[in-house]
Amino acid sequence: MARLEVNIGGGLKLKNPVMTASGTFGYGLEFQDFVPLNELGGIIVKGTTLKPREGNDYPRMAETAMGMLNCVGLQNKGVDYFCEHIYPELKDIDTCWIVNVSGSSPEDYAECAARIDELENIPAIELNISCPNVHDGGMAFGVTCAGAESVVRAVRERYHKTLIVKLSPNVTDITEISRAVEASGADSVSLINTLMGMAVDIERRRRVLSIGTGGLSGPAIKPVALRMVWQVARSVKIPVIGLGGIMTAKDALEFLMCGASAVQIGTANFIDPSVTIKVRDGINDWLDSHNISSVSEIIGTIS
Amino acid sequence: MPRQELRGLKFLKMKKYILDLTVKESRRVHERYVLLRLTDEQKPLPEMLPGQFAEVRVDGSATTFLRRPISICNVDTKQNELWLLVAVVGDGTRWMATLKPGDKLNCVLPLGNGFTLPHPAQGDLQSVQGDLQSVQGDLQSPLLIGGGVGVAPLLYLGAQLKQNGIEPTFLLGARRNTDLLLLDEFSKYGRVLVTTEDGSAGEKGFVTQHSVLAEERFDSIMTCGPTPMMKAVARYAHEKNIYCEASLENLMACGLGACLCCVEKTKKGNLCVCKDGPVFNTEELLWLD
Repeated sequence: MARLEVNIGGGLKLKNPVMTASGTFGYGLEFQDFVPLNELGGIIVKGTTLKPREGNDYPRMAETAMGMLNCVGLQNKGVDYFCEHIYPELKDIDTCWIVNVSGSSPEDYAECAARIDELENIPAIELNISCPNVHDGGMAFGVTCAGAESVVRAVRERYHKTLIVKLSPNVTDITEISRAVEASGADSVSLINTLMGMAVDIERRRRVLSIGTGGLSGPAIKPVALRMVWQVARSVKIPVIGLGGIMTAKDALEFLMCGASAVQIGTANFIDPSVTIKVRDGINDWLDSHNISSVSEIIGTIS
Repeated sequence: MPRQELRGLKFLKMKKYILDLTVKESRRVHERYVLLRLTDEQKPLPEMLPGQFAEVRVDGSATTFLRRPISICNVDTKQNELWLLVAVVGDGTRWMATLKPGDKLNCVLPLGNGFTLPHPAQGDLQSVQGDLQSVQGDLQSPLLIGGGVGVAPLLYLGAQLKQNGIEPTFLLGARRNTDLLLLDEFSKYGRVLVTTEDGSAGEKGFVTQHSVLAEERFDSIMTCGPTPMMKAVARYAHEKNIYCEASLENLMACGLGACLCCVEKTKKGNLCVCKDGPVFNTEELLWLD
């Protein structure tokens, strides 16, 4: 049994590098029949905003070659509902609970973060400045250094625990944004969010998704994600969390070797609801079979 | 307690499984439909309710990446069999239609809430039994209206109703007589009425035009099929003040209420068809506006 603990910034340690990606694992409870939640490194619960959001109209999903597009649009019941109704259900389950936070202005993000700061058993938040499916905010902040800085600075003033910032791949140079986020006080970065895409229905001669475009996820985007994780890991000193199309332990190991200190599993949960625990076991088995005593020995080993 | 909430309770208590089921038989019941009879060779199949569904893994190609949600068509506990009626509509279901006896099919089940039943048939539902009995009084003469592949969950629903001493009436619609599916199976559990658009079987027209609707009084309607048909049924039920439930089939990804892709607009806001449904009280949907 190899040592699997990893550090994801701000002094926060995970028992293993396998986390779930926001918006793909609900509040974790939906997967309790398939996964012992306390054996995961961390669970990032779905995007939460200051006020409730109904999200975009149906249809919100299109299947693509080795992946899918979604334009859910951050449907959630708001941070107050989370604190009052969801948090009590989660807080005694022994994993690292992280809330993904989104907003439409820096003040929004900061207020939402401040509310979550008060929750004892939530040691971190992940700032979503990269959602491609909302008009008011989201990715608008994540595609410029100035926008990213404004949100991270505002949140950093009101939030005192580990601050992860989730980056958008829909930019010319992701390393530039990652450095801006680091300089503004982020403890770590996670990448990549979905790639903006589109699907067409040729019979109806129109776009499939209700808002026309959506975010592409799944194994189709893994090579892009790996490249960006590798680039960002060489550009910042803070830990990097890698995600994008991970389906297997082998995929996860590729991200770790490219410089990710931990990984998130997203769309794969829809194909195999028990995939996260299989990836954790698979990483351990690979390390054992190669006589590597700690996962930290392989992180960032690819030049 | 309102029925919708009772269904929520039942669903919450049911454990979900990932199972590799074995194909016992694949029967081509129509040029576009295949009936799969599946079994678990290791152990008894888990408890499932009518109206629930399975998310089926398709291992075909790059374009069959996501699981396919398929209604539970029937459960035969004596034979330890689960029946899935598969309509061949795309690459995934085409692959499912090629399965042969002995092949494996990976299923996540049981998912969703299911139709209201008069009795909680299973032991672990006893905590809500008292509440359920209080609503069974108006479930003595249910009408089950189906069209297309939507007839699938009504078979298991009819079987469960019959087991509970209630004989349902089935009203099944199709374009023509050759499109009517599993009539011999339906007739085991209740009276079967039929409409066809070309008049080649039963009464000519749509299900909502069948004479039984004018001649008899039903205390509840359960429907599954094309959305325009279900909307027409919901309007009829509303006008006659009859309790009505419909099973929806919005496009979905996870099947577990995690991705929020399959939402339907309701009086309670956007709800997940996979978790809050697929069965809804039609008065809660925004279909009548």
